[in-house]
Amino acid sequence: MSIDLPTGSPPARVAFYNDPKARSIAYQVALCAVIGFLVYAAARNAIANLERAHIASGFGFWNTTAGFDISQALIQFDSQTSSYGRAFWVGLLNTLLVASIGIVIATILGFIIGIARLSKNWLVAKVAAGYVETIRNIPLLLQLLFWYNAVLKALPEFRESFVIPGGIYLNNRGLFIPQPIFKDGFGWVLIALAAGVIGAIAFYVWARKRQEQTGQQAPVFSVGLALVIGLPLVVLVLAGFPLAFEFPAAGRFNINGGIEILPEFAALLFGLSIYTAAFIAEVVRAGILAVSRGQTEAAYSLGLRARPTLRLIVVPQAMRVIIPPLTSQYLNLTKNSTLAVAIGYPDLVQVFTGTVLNQTGQAVEVVAITMAVYLTISLATSLLMNIYNSRIALVER
Amino acid sequence: MTMSEGDLAVTEIKFVRGATIAARPPPAAMTGALGWLRANLLSSPFNIALTILIALLLAWLIPELVKFLLIDAVWTGADRDACREVVQHREIGACWPFVWERWSYFVYGSYPIPQRWRVDVFFAMLAIGVVWLLWLEAPRRDLGSVYFFIVLPITSFILLTGWSAIGLPPVDTALWGGILVTIVVASVGIVCSLPIGILLALGRRSRMPAVRLFSVVFIEFVRGVPLVTVLFMASVMLPLFVPEEYSPDKLVRALVGIALFASAYMAEVVRAGLQAIPKGQFEGAMAVGLGYWQMIRLIILPQALKITIPNIVNTYIGLFKDTTLVFIVGIFDFLRTVEVARIDPKWAAPVTSTTGYAVAAIFYWIFCYAMSRYARAMEARLAQGDKR
Repeated sequence: MSIDLPTGSPPARVAFYNDPKARSIAYQVALCAVIGFLVYAAARNAIANLERAHIASGFGFWNTTAGFDISQALIQFDSQTSSYGRAFWVGLLNTLLVASIGIVIATILGFIIGIARLSKNWLVAKVAAGYVETIRNIPLLLQLLFWYNAVLKALPEFRESFVIPGGIYLNNRGLFIPQPIFKDGFGWVLIALAAGVIGAIAFYVWARKRQEQTGQQAPVFSVGLALVIGLPLVVLVLAGFPLAFEFPAAGRFNINGGIEILPEFAALLFGLSIYTAAFIAEVVRAGILAVSRGQTEAAYSLGLRARPTLRLIVVPQAMRVIIPPLTSQYLNLTKNSTLAVAIGYPDLVQVFTGTVLNQTGQAVEVVAITMAVYLTISLATSLLMNIYNSRIALVER
Repeated sequence: MTMSEGDLAVTEIKFVRGATIAARPPPAAMTGALGWLRANLLSSPFNIALTILIALLLAWLIPELVKFLLIDAVWTGADRDACREVVQHREIGACWPFVWERWSYFVYGSYPIPQRWRVDVFFAMLAIGVVWLLWLEAPRRDLGSVYFFIVLPITSFILLTGWSAIGLPPVDTALWGGILVTIVVASVGIVCSLPIGILLALGRRSRMPAVRLFSVVFIEFVRGVPLVTVLFMASVMLPLFVPEEYSPDKLVRALVGIALFASAYMAEVVRAGLQAIPKGQFEGAMAVGLGYWQMIRLIILPQALKITIPNIVNTYIGLFKDTTLVFIVGIFDFLRTVEVARIDPKWAAPVTSTTGYAVAAIFYWIFCYAMSRYARAMEARLAQGDKR
């Protein structure tokens, strides 16, 4: 089918200002000009303002001695000799510490509550729903302040510490637990642990292959447990128990020795885990509900029992739905750990964007470095997420 | 075989029953309250154990809460002595006189007392705007949105900051505080984030590479960093970027930070809605000769925003909770006023902190829960059209 165009007449000419192409170029040039002008003006003002305030610029401060102390440092840090750069690493490690432990706890708690919300047990489902609705609707900062000021700081003073059998002390300065000390020969235990893990994986692969060929099942879980936990324990005993504990001891003014868990750390950990768990619970619930009932019914009709159905049919399909939002909750938890600044836990923001910025006054550099760190974490995670998503995406015919 | 023959055969055989027996009622243990208990609480040993465990937990938690908030609570008193166990010689729960006395500080902050009626008028105007916009059967909702997005921001700005020419003495924003600041920050975030978010979302889907690049970089950058650092940036870097004489005050800096942050999140919510609109809608709009903005305004946005309303409200809930973070850059929002009041020596008692936090928690919970109920009702209402 063809349309007869009037021949001979020239194509309708459009004025250039009505030409979509010309317009689009003009808009983009205008946008670039505006942004360029804003950046230029901001930079000029910043230089002028910094000069007026006699603030140095550049990253020279990185190697300058910091001169302040940090209450929790995973690497050696002291106020006399350590630099601002080292303070940055201390803060970053503290952020990563609280975020990684928080992610583990929030995941466990979130999965339990998410599954509990779908429980057939009315009471369990209602309590789980109540937890989610309460925690989700109260700001995280308020929860952190509550844990820190109303719960942990309200613990008894040092003199009236709770003493928990096993050498554990709890008071308003923190939780003091015994510190393990590794003696010579502990390396063998670590080697045994590694061997156990490798052995368990090898056994799993072998058992799976055998099941595919012969249909016989092997006790993967108990053998794996024996290899991963039992083997290192046996080696520990054989090596003559090369492990000791340094117990915290109550001195006159403080508790000495052992590992000290700061109340700031505990409050931040509680707050972040409990808050994020409520969101993870919703993610898990939505993921499980997304697997249609027909899948379960089909599995039952094939003769699978409840547990294998869950493990082989429902969970793999639910995970496809759960993992992307779960990752974004992990990112949220990491970003929310910046609220540490409100309760004084020495995370990246508190140490670097707080103390270092106040001491050096180099706002532009310090804020830029902090943002770059979080941006790197976010972008790296979303890159991994995209790769994962394209791998597990449903391939439809 | 005909019907009558069959009937005859049945009636002739006397030991075969002709009529069906009425169904027997189900066993008593399967119906009614007992059956419900069995099915929902006691279906297996594991469930029985869970039920008992949770029941014990609730039996401990609920009386403790009631005891703290009501039974052991102190209702009247002049200062901290009323709320201290060592003075009163009894178990003490929540210290309510502390809240009564500090309530006006919680609401207005340090706003000058003779001028506080202006804040009340602002609250009332805002309430009218919210109801007008959210109540779907309200008359002239188009006027409502003009009121909410244009009239209300301008009049509230004049009302709250003051304008000597019409007899309203200026009030410095450093004096603002409490629920007033929380509401102002949340409203500015809500009012700014939707239009900016729509523009960014359209920019991200634009065919112009420069516009798209700018939108993507802005959205991904803001979403990739924590709000605390955005607020830090706004509060320490913004004054550097403008000439000294125009340096914005603290509250404005925080508002800029919150508005930009909320816009980036809103942009992604709106983008999801735009993506759900079939391509035929765009093509149809272009085919009838609409220009770009006409197409967006008349065809695309009404459909896209409709399906994103629940997500928009969810973003607003997040924004409302995030307003507490302005605390960190030194602004006296509601949470900060509670924090300041609870360490006041006049009311220093072991229960003061918990009481203050309980009040704050109830306040935020009511707002957020109301919003989430609204989102859910909206979702149900919108799903009605798709039901078969």
